[in-house]
Amino acid sequence: MSKSTFYTSIGYKVLMALSGLFLMFFLLQHLVINSLSVISPDAFNEASHFMGTNPLVQFLLQPVLIFGVIFHFIMGFFLDLKNRKSRAINYAYNKPSANSSWVSRNMIISGLTVLAFLGIHFIDFWIPEINVKYIQGDMSGMHNGEFRYFHELHEKFAAVPRLVAYIIAFIFLSLHLMHGFQSSLQSVGIATSKTRLAFYKFGNIFAIIVPTGFILIALFHFITQH
Amino acid sequence: MNLTLKIWRQKSNTEKGSLETYPISDVSEDMSFLEMLDVLNEELIEKAIDPVAFDHDCREGICGMCSLYINGEAHGPDRRVTTCQLHMRKFNDGDTIFIEPFRANAFPVVKDLVVDRSAFDRIQQAGGYVSVNTSGNTQDANSIPIPKDDADTAFDAATCIGCGACVASCKNSSAMLFVSAKVSQFSLLPQGQVEAKERVINMVNKMDEEGFGNCTNTGACEVECPKGISLDNISRMNREFITANVKK
Repeated sequence: MSKSTFYTSIGYKVLMALSGLFLMFFLLQHLVINSLSVISPDAFNEASHFMGTNPLVQFLLQPVLIFGVIFHFIMGFFLDLKNRKSRAINYAYNKPSANSSWVSRNMIISGLTVLAFLGIHFIDFWIPEINVKYIQGDMSGMHNGEFRYFHELHEKFAAVPRLVAYIIAFIFLSLHLMHGFQSSLQSVGIATSKTRLAFYKFGNIFAIIVPTGFILIALFHFITQH
Repeated sequence: MNLTLKIWRQKSNTEKGSLETYPISDVSEDMSFLEMLDVLNEELIEKAIDPVAFDHDCREGICGMCSLYINGEAHGPDRRVTTCQLHMRKFNDGDTIFIEPFRANAFPVVKDLVVDRSAFDRIQQAGGYVSVNTSGNTQDANSIPIPKDDADTAFDAATCIGCGACVASCKNSSAMLFVSAKVSQFSLLPQGQVEAKERVINMVNKMDEEGFGNCTNTGACEVECPKGISLDNISRMNREFITANVKK
């Protein structure tokens, strides 16, 4: 496959689709680990400590993930801008709701909401984590005799504004995934008339279950400390 | 019926256009949309006003010449019909109807409601053909067995009349439905498979060169297509484009 293959409209879409599918897989594993915080704080601490200190996760998977996130957003902005430029004069009267869903037409809005959420999420968890581990140099996972991970997560959800922000973000993530999954399979050429409905249903189930799971976990930590 | 028409008027590609309002009365519900415009034009001519320019040819829904973006939809509110097959019974007395040209940078306005869709011709020229010499040595069509499903799917793709409704309806002005239909109608048949790789690469590259946007799979094109060209064709083209580049 030549380099120029990726500099085509289909090439861009394939890259967008593959990075999106990769991020969906990441979301699922993130949810599984977060779910442990509801079932067993010790199990959650153990899993978090493993993910936070394992060199393979830290120095291979984490950079790949960060690259995937950045790539998906930059490519999303780039394609949205390019697409907007393809029609210099808009219709005076347009009725897009007659032929397509709001979700499919506004991936940039749902994507931007998720991006804003990622900013909060990084400030809440990722930056403090990097600070403790690599700036302060404390790889013990302990803080005042307690494991950091569960306590950090639990305490973060004491504040109502943060809880509300998380819920809103996950609703938009759900909308993003509803179109994103089936769209990615169409972009890579897997979807057919025989499989499209099944992909559509699976995508919707994933888009409802995974964000709802994150919301329920946040609610659990909020409720158990009020 | 008495109607108010808001029609895009633009003298040429280099001049700015605007929506002009024209009241029209005694419109029969049995008229086609284009016949209604014919009546309007006769009235305009009588008043020494430049008639509204719009594309049309066969008026039987098969040539792909008529276009028009009517009340926010390509070919108007009806499904699986071109503008020439849209009838005034789809509207109500007192309605205001917005009539605009198909909008896309790749479809520049020539005059009023007429747009230049020659970008489609150039995409076709880039690969929408088979290099089979049929002059004097045409084979019997049944000499090469073709699975019925493939023949039907190829035929369905070939029903694309190249009107450009897919581009006009797509929020990104993407031509993927048109190009994929043209790719599919050949690639599913043995005669077209010989040049399948070059075809899909050349046609996609030409499509990009012409300035169409990227497909974001909203499905608007399939809904608005007067021939019901399936999104399956886009998926097939994506698949063929990827494999053609992998095996290049």
